[in-house]
Amino acid sequence: MNESAPPSVSTQRPHMQPRDPMANRAALTEKISVRDVRFYYGDFLALKGITMPIYDKKVTALIGPSGCGKSTLLRIFNRMYDLYPKQRAEGEILFENKNLLDPKQDLNLLRARVGMVFQKPTPFPMSIYDNIAFGIRLYERVPKSELDDRVETALKRGALWDEVKDKLNQSGLGLSGGQQQRLCIARSIAVRPDVLLLDEPTSALDPIATAKVEELIYQLKSDYTICIVTHNMQQAARVADFTAFMYLGELIEFGETSQVFTKPKQPKTEDYITGRFG
Amino acid sequence: MNQVASVASSAAPANSITASALRRHTLWDAVLKHGTRSAAITVLLLLGGVIVTLIEGSWLSLSTFGPGFLTTEKWNPVSEEFGALAPIYGTLLTSLIAMLIGIPISIGIAIFLTELCPPRLKRSISTAIELLAGIPSIIYGIWGLFVLAPFLQAHVQPVMISTFAGVPLLGGLFAGPPYGIGIFTAGIILSIMVLPYITSVTRDVFETVPPTLKESAYALGCTTWEVVRQVVLPFTSTGVIGGIMLGLGRALGETMAVTFVIGNAHRISGSLLAPGTTISASIANEFTEAETELYTSSLISLGLLLFLITFTVLAIARFMLLRLQRKAGR
Repeated sequence: MNESAPPSVSTQRPHMQPRDPMANRAALTEKISVRDVRFYYGDFLALKGITMPIYDKKVTALIGPSGCGKSTLLRIFNRMYDLYPKQRAEGEILFENKNLLDPKQDLNLLRARVGMVFQKPTPFPMSIYDNIAFGIRLYERVPKSELDDRVETALKRGALWDEVKDKLNQSGLGLSGGQQQRLCIARSIAVRPDVLLLDEPTSALDPIATAKVEELIYQLKSDYTICIVTHNMQQAARVADFTAFMYLGELIEFGETSQVFTKPKQPKTEDYITGRFG
Repeated sequence: MNQVASVASSAAPANSITASALRRHTLWDAVLKHGTRSAAITVLLLLGGVIVTLIEGSWLSLSTFGPGFLTTEKWNPVSEEFGALAPIYGTLLTSLIAMLIGIPISIGIAIFLTELCPPRLKRSISTAIELLAGIPSIIYGIWGLFVLAPFLQAHVQPVMISTFAGVPLLGGLFAGPPYGIGIFTAGIILSIMVLPYITSVTRDVFETVPPTLKESAYALGCTTWEVVRQVVLPFTSTGVIGGIMLGLGRALGETMAVTFVIGNAHRISGSLLAPGTTISASIANEFTEAETELYTSSLISLGLLLFLITFTVLAIARFMLLRLQRKAGR
């Protein structure tokens, strides 16, 4: 596929259709339960007691103006903040009935199960193949043939296989921005996580690449629980089943995307969505 | 012609750019261009001058001894027979020891400083390393002769000799009486001297790794070691090799400290503990004593050889960098 080709309209269609809210509600289970979580950068209280569910095999979008704590919340789910001294979280986040904020939680294991994709594409300085195989090799000793299969599956799942299958040995740095981001998503998938955290995954991409990544998100939610931070409200409306609106470290409103965008319960949410502030 | 001139003169006041200002600009531009160019050319001339002088000075010795100069161990000022093998051997071996000890420690320090160290400790260690780089080499020499060498002689070398005695290969490397001074001690001193260079360069390049790149490796569940091994080192390989080469260049050419502790013996011995000499130590030691023309010329030939060795090392480093870059697809 050529990045410069016009996007086929059909790729956008499936998730543009109105969803049936009742169908969603039928089999909702909470994959992650956030309970009264507060987060500190040094002395600064960045999250002021957040309580919300992340539903299994659904896409949850976190929206809100810059500095509202969306990315902070996302980075708690895989304990990324642990890399930095002076950052700490309080409260409880249940992930499969265990509090992942527990100091005894094995971070490597947690991060293998909760994958993350960043704002800027971050391919490792190695070949496309090794970028994907990297994560697999961390945990498993698999024979070469199986590794090949896993890499191919991950790249197919990341909707990148057709574009890179002939140049797996070339550096991942040589891909275009959109391809690099899908490589990063494929890399996360290759480890077979349960949850995928996306931190503004399309903010560095052009519209066509963005459309491809959104399409990918839509396809992935059948197998993964996805939580996406986005500045783009149309994007949230397009890809998310549930939307959380945050403002100044507080959760203002959480609900089904269609409800949040069409019939917001809180005046602040309505102000933000209609562009009156933020 | 006339028309053009009138257009120019009528346009000038409108833009308030006077002809003299314009001329001044052009002049300064020309001064900058020619000034910087001649500065750059001076480097080439200097380098060429050094090479020409070295070749001219060493001509007598090279024409007397021929290629045998490189392969002769004998260095006898009385009978005027000179060979460079012992100093070459000593130079390469001391530098090798320095690198073997210095590289792992330096990179270890750099990894600790950038990935693991609490901020407060980081500043004091960094300062200490910079101070280490600022110590004059003569101080290292004195310290090596009066402190390190006696310590090695009394406590370390006897243990090494008795431990490796009878072990094939290693037994030969660590044989003989513990002199204290010798190739091994010189290598240790050199490793301490190159450490701050390699450490500060590698630390700086490690800090250029984008935080999000490291975070994405951590996000896959990597341990710190895996992040360093798989992401930080590959990302910075060019800079790390550059740092190592900077250290190696210093080790090859270091004179004073080595002269103090190497023993200055023109011979090649299988044991690392035996005294030896290096190219720069020989030159520094013997230049004042060199009375005959052939003696002086032989010493200059040693200088030419050191120049060639350093040049070769740099060329190899360049080649390695090029291959690495090609492999990384950059």
